[in-house]
Amino acid sequence: MTVDSVTIALVGSGGAGAMTAGQMLLDAAANVGWYGLMSRSTGPQIRGGEAAALVRLSPTPVHGPGDRFDIIIAFDWQNVERFAAELPLSEKSVIITDPSQGEVPAVLAASGAKQVELPIKELAGRIPGGRVNMVGLGAVAAIVGLPRAGIDAVIQKALGKKGDAAIQASNAGIDAGSREAAGWSLGLELAAPNKEGATRWNISGNEAAGLGALKGGVKFCAAYPITPATEILEWLAPNLAKTGGKLVQAEDELASIAMCLGASFSGVPSITATAGPGLSLMTECIGLGVASETPVVIVDVQRGGPSTGIPTKSEQSDLNIAVYGLHGDAPHLVVGPTSIGDCLFTTQWAVHLAEALQTPAIVLSDQAMGQSRAIVDKPADAPHKANRLLATDLGGEGKYLRYANTESGVSPAAIPGMPGGEHTADGLEHAENALPSSQASDHQKQLDKRLRKLTSYDYGDAWADIEGEGEIAVVTWGSATGPSREAVRRLEAAGTKARLVAIRLISPVQPAKLAAALDGVSKVLVVEQTHGAQFHKFLRGHYDLPGAVSVFSRPGPLPIRAREVHETLLSLI
Amino acid sequence: MDTHLTDDVVGPLPGDYKSDVKPIWCPGCGDYSVLAGITRAMANMGLERHDTVVVSGIGCSSRIPAYTSVYGYHTVHGRSLAVASGVKLARPELNVLIFGGDGDGFSIGGNHFLHACRRNVDMTYIVMDNQVYGMTKGQASPTTEADWCESKLTPEGPGVNPIQPVALALACGANFVARGFSNNPNEVARLIVEGVKHPGFSVIHILSPCVTFRPEQRGWKSTVHPYGREPTDDPNEAMRAVLEDDGFGLGIFLAGNRRPFQPESTATHSIAQIEEGFAV
Repeated sequence: MTVDSVTIALVGSGGAGAMTAGQMLLDAAANVGWYGLMSRSTGPQIRGGEAAALVRLSPTPVHGPGDRFDIIIAFDWQNVERFAAELPLSEKSVIITDPSQGEVPAVLAASGAKQVELPIKELAGRIPGGRVNMVGLGAVAAIVGLPRAGIDAVIQKALGKKGDAAIQASNAGIDAGSREAAGWSLGLELAAPNKEGATRWNISGNEAAGLGALKGGVKFCAAYPITPATEILEWLAPNLAKTGGKLVQAEDELASIAMCLGASFSGVPSITATAGPGLSLMTECIGLGVASETPVVIVDVQRGGPSTGIPTKSEQSDLNIAVYGLHGDAPHLVVGPTSIGDCLFTTQWAVHLAEALQTPAIVLSDQAMGQSRAIVDKPADAPHKANRLLATDLGGEGKYLRYANTESGVSPAAIPGMPGGEHTADGLEHAENALPSSQASDHQKQLDKRLRKLTSYDYGDAWADIEGEGEIAVVTWGSATGPSREAVRRLEAAGTKARLVAIRLISPVQPAKLAAALDGVSKVLVVEQTHGAQFHKFLRGHYDLPGAVSVFSRPGPLPIRAREVHETLLSLI
Repeated sequence: MDTHLTDDVVGPLPGDYKSDVKPIWCPGCGDYSVLAGITRAMANMGLERHDTVVVSGIGCSSRIPAYTSVYGYHTVHGRSLAVASGVKLARPELNVLIFGGDGDGFSIGGNHFLHACRRNVDMTYIVMDNQVYGMTKGQASPTTEADWCESKLTPEGPGVNPIQPVALALACGANFVARGFSNNPNEVARLIVEGVKHPGFSVIHILSPCVTFRPEQRGWKSTVHPYGREPTDDPNEAMRAVLEDDGFGLGIFLAGNRRPFQPESTATHSIAQIEEGFAV
């Protein structure tokens, strides 16, 4: 008997190597054809501190965290109570514990989970150069039935440069853990992988966003480090250089967005990445991008807020500032990827839209997508590229109208280097010729045009992911999409039809499209990860939702799990 | 573009770099002369208008881009140096100049000034210092004297000592530092030409009186004096001299040898090659 999904937490304080073991487990599972997801739970410590690698494996693509942990293996129990709430267990769960590390903490033992003792430290200690995390990896591999060939390839790749001794020590640790666990018969053997699957990738959301930027044609990035967005910038640094682009480290977020605007003003597609505090600092310059019609993409990898909040944990609570945070009437683009893999598509699309519409685009990712790593089917190539409408007829000396009031609202741009296109782009309200103007008619005309270019654009089908049918629908966005999708499929598997609408294009809103997507729906469940139900209020402000509307909204750091959405849906039927 | 034809000269005139827009400045404002110096410098160098970008923040002097006929970006308060850095880093072949005032550059934009100096991107910053916020009707700036009591905002005086922009620029690592006075647009033009031609980040501090809120600055014409030394390429020597200066010495303090910051990159990989790194 096998299972279709297994969720594992590898727990240990700094130095134990829990993250490394989790990473190797995910990589090994990928090697043998499984899908998987690994997220991280860490504290604020730079090194050390409590840490857990949270891994879910399945023969089919994994959309979000498991309902509960099937296996917890702890190298030690230091500070585990700090994130015990993130480790839901049941009496079906298994806690693998090293007796040398003391009793299983009561907060976990209370679940009634089965406890299995494994002398991890002692086993590792018998091996020259042995490490506890390799013993743990071996035990987990044996429990889930991970073929040894998958691990061997990972060990070779990770330790090949360190030489045979390191490889032998790791192998001996894995063997020791596997031998002990082989006889446990826990019933957690994972179903065999589907070998016929497509080419698969091992990618994090932050890497995917960086790749999306490259594929969209970004050639400039100004960077200021911030958790949990830094990996986008660190990934872009070498990869922009390899593709003829440039990344520069700025002195702060005020400068990073300003540098991007300067590069974009001169015609080079630009991006920066940040989190809530940085987005707050950037808002004035994003408004300048709106007014001066200078495209730029800002990826906000959301974390718990407000203020410094919880930098290492996920939340969707930057929705309001992303949509409403600019002063004045400042229409701009806000998009949200609906999965780790979709961080690629959505960021690439954002580059395309920002350039096509000559306005800033904010991509709302979050820590749960950005810093998690997934095994996904290779995303399909999307056609979206940066393609700014450039002026071809500049009309002779002094005739060029940078902010021409066109039917589409998009004005052909002149960029430095184009003779005859000289003008001063301005954050002051201006006339069509770009000269400052405080006249009512110019203000009205430019406000109308900057709104019209966004509202009259055809965004196609990418505005939302829409699945299923039936009279009950989940409306969600961002990383809440994964558990919502899984919940809808469980409902369908049990014979109840249901729909999923995950809105990718947050702003501008698409009322006609959502109305069509919800046609015939009598019950709506809004799912989001905020305290203030920001998404629900946003929907209420801009859309007519049909029938009875319920809300599942909870702040971070606890991730939304499919079981919770499923149970909420069942309660509504 | 008009061209000035004589027997041996074919080149642009200062007027070719002016737009038709009438400045918002008060009669007698020093910035008129600085604008004249800027256009003379551009004509002197024969800059291609379409390859030249001027960037500014917010304030009286930050209005200059619209008064020129080159590409301009009138941005937000304090961020002009960062925007301009983005222009130059992304498009190194462009000529990039930045215009602004003491409040824009040293108060709200102070951090960017520090980092522009140490980053040393090849561009020229012309900062017009009148020791007051003029556009908001006369408040103390970072270069205002501690006991200046004419502002309703600080009627007892700002009570904090002013900064010395030239010393600050040197301390932060600017590669070319000079001071001019708006009453002499030819000298302003000469300093700008030298600054633009010198590699790296050039700071040109221009004393430019505000005749409305600091009418006593009309007296600067008898206060300024030649700095009196030859330009050095040694920042230490320049700094020692500047610390002895009274803030009114005119000339080039430093023409240094620091290498400008300009990352280069050449495409060596296709995106498909990069994507291969993600394949299982």
